[in-house]
Amino acid sequence: MKRFKRHGHESHRDRLKQELYQFNKTLEHGFPHQPSALGYSPSLKLLAIGNRSGAIKLYGDPGVEFMGLHDENAAVTQVHFLPHQVELVTLLDDNSLHMWTLRAHNGLSELLEVGRFMLTGPPGAPPSVTRVTAVLAHSSGELLLLGTEGGHVFVVEVPGFRELEERNISLEQVASSVPDDYIGRRNLEHVEALQENPINPNQVVIGYGRGLMVIWDLEKQCARQHIPATQQLESIWWTGDGSYILSSHSDGSYCRWMVGGEDVNDEEEKSDIPYGHFPCKAISKIVQVPTEEGPPFLLFSGGMPRASYGDRHCITVIHSKKHVALDFTSRIIDFFVIRDGPQHTGDPTALVVLVEEELVVIDLQTEGWPVIQTPYLVPLHSSAITCSHHVSAIPLKLWERIIAAGDLQNTHYSKKPWPVTGGKNLAPDPPQRDLLLTGHEDGTVRFWDASGVCLYPMYKLSTAGVFHTDSDPNDNLNQGTEGEWPPFRKVGCFDPYSDDPRLGVQKIHLCKYSGYLTVAGTAGQILVLELNDEAAEQSVEAKVVDLLQGQEGFRWKGHTRLDVRDEPVLFPPGFQPFALVQCQPPAVVTALTLHSEWKLVAFGTSHGFGVYDYQQKNNVLVKCTLNPSDQLAMEGPLSRVKSIKKSLRQSFRRMRRSRVSLRKHHVNNAAKLQDANARLEAELAEMELAPVQRKIEARSSDDSFTGLVRTLYFADTFLADSSHNTPSLWAGTNGGCVFAYMLRLPPVEHRAEEPVTAHPAKEIQLMHRAPVVGIAVMDGHGAPLPEPLEVAHDLARSPDMHGSHQLLVISEEQFKLFSLPKVSAKMKLKLTAIDGSRVRRVGVAWFGSSRSEDYGESGLMVLTNQGDVHVVSLPTIKMQVHYPCIRREDVSGIASCVFTKHGQGFYLISPSEFERFTVSTRHLVEPRCLVEAPHSGTAVQHRSPPERCNSEDAESAARRVMEHALLNDEKVLQEIQKSLEGDQMSFLENHVKNAVA
Amino acid sequence: MSSQHHQHHQQQQHHQLLAQQQDSSSNSSSSVILINSRPTSRMSRQQQQHQQQHLQQQQQQQRTSLKLYNTVVEVKSKFEAEYRRFALKRNGPDGFQEFYHLLQTIHHIPGVDVILGYADVQGDLLPINNDDNFHKAVSSANPLLRIIITKREDEPVVFGTNSLQRRKKGLGLTGLRPTGSGSTHSKNKPGLMIGLPQNFRQISSIIDVDILPETHRRVRLHKHGTHKPLGFYIRDGVSVRVAPQGVEKVPGVFISRLVRGGLAESTGLLAVNDEILEVNGIDVAGKSLDQVTDMMVANSHNLIVTVKPANQRNNVVHRGSKTSMGNSGSVGSAGSTGSALSHDSPSPASQSNPITASNSIAEGDSDDDDDDDGDLILENDCLVPYESHRLNNSYDTNLNRDSTNNRSPRSTVARPLPQSISLPNSVGASLTDSSVTTTSRHSEIAASNSRESMREDGNVITL
Repeated sequence: MKRFKRHGHESHRDRLKQELYQFNKTLEHGFPHQPSALGYSPSLKLLAIGNRSGAIKLYGDPGVEFMGLHDENAAVTQVHFLPHQVELVTLLDDNSLHMWTLRAHNGLSELLEVGRFMLTGPPGAPPSVTRVTAVLAHSSGELLLLGTEGGHVFVVEVPGFRELEERNISLEQVASSVPDDYIGRRNLEHVEALQENPINPNQVVIGYGRGLMVIWDLEKQCARQHIPATQQLESIWWTGDGSYILSSHSDGSYCRWMVGGEDVNDEEEKSDIPYGHFPCKAISKIVQVPTEEGPPFLLFSGGMPRASYGDRHCITVIHSKKHVALDFTSRIIDFFVIRDGPQHTGDPTALVVLVEEELVVIDLQTEGWPVIQTPYLVPLHSSAITCSHHVSAIPLKLWERIIAAGDLQNTHYSKKPWPVTGGKNLAPDPPQRDLLLTGHEDGTVRFWDASGVCLYPMYKLSTAGVFHTDSDPNDNLNQGTEGEWPPFRKVGCFDPYSDDPRLGVQKIHLCKYSGYLTVAGTAGQILVLELNDEAAEQSVEAKVVDLLQGQEGFRWKGHTRLDVRDEPVLFPPGFQPFALVQCQPPAVVTALTLHSEWKLVAFGTSHGFGVYDYQQKNNVLVKCTLNPSDQLAMEGPLSRVKSIKKSLRQSFRRMRRSRVSLRKHHVNNAAKLQDANARLEAELAEMELAPVQRKIEARSSDDSFTGLVRTLYFADTFLADSSHNTPSLWAGTNGGCVFAYMLRLPPVEHRAEEPVTAHPAKEIQLMHRAPVVGIAVMDGHGAPLPEPLEVAHDLARSPDMHGSHQLLVISEEQFKLFSLPKVSAKMKLKLTAIDGSRVRRVGVAWFGSSRSEDYGESGLMVLTNQGDVHVVSLPTIKMQVHYPCIRREDVSGIASCVFTKHGQGFYLISPSEFERFTVSTRHLVEPRCLVEAPHSGTAVQHRSPPERCNSEDAESAARRVMEHALLNDEKVLQEIQKSLEGDQMSFLENHVKNAVA
Repeated sequence: MSSQHHQHHQQQQHHQLLAQQQDSSSNSSSSVILINSRPTSRMSRQQQQHQQQHLQQQQQQQRTSLKLYNTVVEVKSKFEAEYRRFALKRNGPDGFQEFYHLLQTIHHIPGVDVILGYADVQGDLLPINNDDNFHKAVSSANPLLRIIITKREDEPVVFGTNSLQRRKKGLGLTGLRPTGSGSTHSKNKPGLMIGLPQNFRQISSIIDVDILPETHRRVRLHKHGTHKPLGFYIRDGVSVRVAPQGVEKVPGVFISRLVRGGLAESTGLLAVNDEILEVNGIDVAGKSLDQVTDMMVANSHNLIVTVKPANQRNNVVHRGSKTSMGNSGSVGSAGSTGSALSHDSPSPASQSNPITASNSIAEGDSDDDDDDDGDLILENDCLVPYESHRLNNSYDTNLNRDSTNNRSPRSTVARPLPQSISLPNSVGASLTDSSVTTTSRHSEIAASNSRESMREDGNVITL
């Protein structure tokens, strides 16, 4: 009976768990890592980016995004939308072609892979014959022209990927008609480019690597015209009126050719090497866009003088007398121009450039061609991210002030709206305003609007101004002196070079109610900042705090303290620093917390911790936690030069290895196999030389960095007796030690004069000595104490101060609950001893039930070193759910994880992208958007919707057939036979493939 | 000799099991008291001390102890409930016999057959039964020598690691000794005193022999009480398993190296290339090397590893009488004598259920729970009325009285001092006549405090 009851209870709990927790990876914020291809559909107004790990992402109007991942882990080399349709084709590095579509389902569009295809050449042909180098999605929407390394052009019907062998354009066909006097006729090389005549869809131009271009008539299946360029071809552009072809070449030249009728005009009409005289680099892509009135826009990438500017990544824009070489900070992947007008054939409005590290959009309509700020795809890593901090539910007032401060910083951006506007964002408005703050290596803190689907940059704070640094702030303004040739203009914000690594931001804490912010950095600097809507000129008072407290025999070998500017500095509106603490020794700050109600900041390093009163600008407490025998912590980061050297050597080795494998990528399979074998052998040999072994030893007080302060926590709780609550500070160290200090604050009316004092109250040395990663106090109801000022702003229930409080200490190995004020262990949950995983990140979160609006529970969100996310209930500390979240090898991803107060989390999946996940059923931010097929009448007749419906029906019919076939139904087998003979063959093939896979 | 040794092992283990069971059943009632063993820390002195500045105090302590150290040894002996204090010349010519008679005289128990034991610096109860260990006891007294006298017909004293505490715990807990068959049994039959197994401190044991396949070995390493490092390394490797389809290779974790002089090496129970199958009862299959490492480190104070020894020739051979032995197995030929011993041992261990497969793990866990609760907590509550302090029921009343005594005179101390140090249950049931060591520099205690280090310093010991 009893057991039955208990069982009932458990199933109730299970149901509750289902209502509370659900794991979803919802979004990727930021800029795709290692982008490799760009595509754009003018009709859908969607842009697509493929990357080297096989992901494809579509973006439209802010909030409209789709993401797909190819099963093959190969780089996406080309992306082409089928004109006027919702399909797109991707070409991967492994020579496979993939068809994707945006299918509406329950009123929302989904990106789905609907087919894959690999060119099969004639038997016995070398693989180069079918290696695709150029793709043209024909405007009819039914054909795909595939140019290959062997020089052939294959014609494939889409979306079914049916080869139309009779329409293929073989190299022989073309070569036979090449004029005899053409120098390169013996070897035309691969197909470099395919372009369709914008006014006559039956004509395409085929550009061969050697330089020859052939205008081919698809209907008559014959060459119309030969264009005998002699330079290695890079790209072709057919002008809008169909009368000219532009070709760009590897010597930095471009040519314009007249498309004649029958009178074969072999001579180029115009040839130019724009940055000529000296040898130039190739012009990799050229585009010419006419304007309604006036000269056309000419845009091309590359072509820089090899010797002097060969390392620049430039796109040149020429429009009548205006000539600018846009100078990007990373390699250009691709670019396109967005044009006005209902058919997207009007004036150019914007230039969209995908470079390796960011997406830059230039407004071509506004004088001076300013940059349009991107609402998404923002390079998070414009300087490397060193830490992040999330603040949920920002009060509107603060939100508006931050936006206002940010707007003042963005005056140089174009006022034009974002030009990529495809799709409809159907996601409801985010329920609250969330801020994500990222700290960067260059000493900046960036504020991002993390409430919704787009991670939108709001404001950028720089802390470098407080200090003397080597860099001259005017450096960047010296660009673009008059008369310089080429006329460079720096664009983009990706700037990975830090002037001084000591500026790096390590910890951030923002109080959303008071607008106080504290930022701590690599050289032991802790800045306290206040939000001010006006610019102010002020000097920042620095206070040096000696954390060693007279510890003898110490010699710091790390970096020196930052040099503070004595003179007043002009700070722009926004967060302005007014107090500075500098730790001595200037080790990196490892823990930081701010209590805006008490006006105190607590900070910790590997040497100890302290409390600073930012109202009186006075230090309240210093505690040295350093073990005198801990040499590593004493000497600072430089003493580990050896290991850095070693890791450098290793990474170089790895780089060389990957480079070798890259270079050999195109070599045939046998060589590849050999290479792989050799690598395996080398790895084995390496393993034998130094087998990976792990020492099994209990932690001891003599371990290194036991004194490193891992966590700091302010709490108003019962420290001395159970009738008087007092302010307190709790600190946890790497050596499993917790220090508690009782803080005595003067009454509010004397807060400015009377000193704040701190007295040691308790110390807990955890027996297992694992690093303490989190501390929390729970009130009499078992609820975590609210944040400072939260109650004052009526946003939280005031904590229960009658029942007994509990102290939760979270170490890397276990969760342990102690009673207060008398500290005695009450409960614990062991993690490491059971499954070998350790706590890396922990945060208190509130989980609302999906079923009843008013039910919710507090819980701990935990990320382990195995990459699993756990939820642990409070105050009972019981494991609730766990989900695999991050690969355990992804150490930087795990280290970068940050939790929100509502059960969501962010972690870096690459230096430039945050993955967003949620464990809550209620708080789920995911893209919900709809893309409708364009129904515009173009000059070209394309398939009508019913037809597409039919094809879809056919497809599903084929699928049904397959399902039956699996049941060995004889009749159906016959049906299959029939359909195999029919034109659904490739579809079926695809499904078979899918089914097998 | 070796077989004798094994017997000792077994017997000892029984006692330990007893203690552990009591531990687990009575977490709350066990208690810990820390004392300062320096002579100056006697009650009256201490009160004075507390009023002084602590650095001074320490210096003074040092001085006094040095002075005393060279001349005489302070002895405190206990027989049943009675204490005697006297001084003994450190370099006195006396031997064991003289000392034995001296104690009999002092305690007025001439003619009573007793066993002598003393508490060493690490808090372990060690025997005095010959001139050698008597001199060892005198010389190691630092500076107080605690003698515990037991009637020989009483239950055999358990010497060894934490034996004091365990015994005390058992007594304190049960109050009246349960008159189970075991104890009455032993009272009637004088114990078979083969040597003194108690002279050995247990550092490892083989457990669960009866439930494990012969090819496997479950080894328990007792980290507590020793300062030896566990001292071994593990690596990834390939384990060959015999499957129905033939031989299959699966990844496994192996011992790759033993550190010389480490615990693992000194036990002789683990060897290089032994495959690790379980850590404290948890299967490691499918776990990465780092996970296994972390599991072992997390369990390092009471590590139970199940291995498949690379050398299969020394495997335990099953004997019929194993179950009666409470699952303790041993290498070699100690089986039968072991069982004889276990009959003689009057401890409740023999009454308790033989620990079976599943609860040998549970037992391991509970033991390690105890160890885990060994968090050292320093409280500094001088700002508080003292009454509020005595909330912890795990505190011995003895300590409470002491601490109240200590506290009352110094209610106006300017700088707060640590007033109590609570130690884990497992350090447990110790008694003291003096209170807590106070150190003005918190950080010193904090930085170096742990059970081990405290013992190591010899500054604070458990009695």
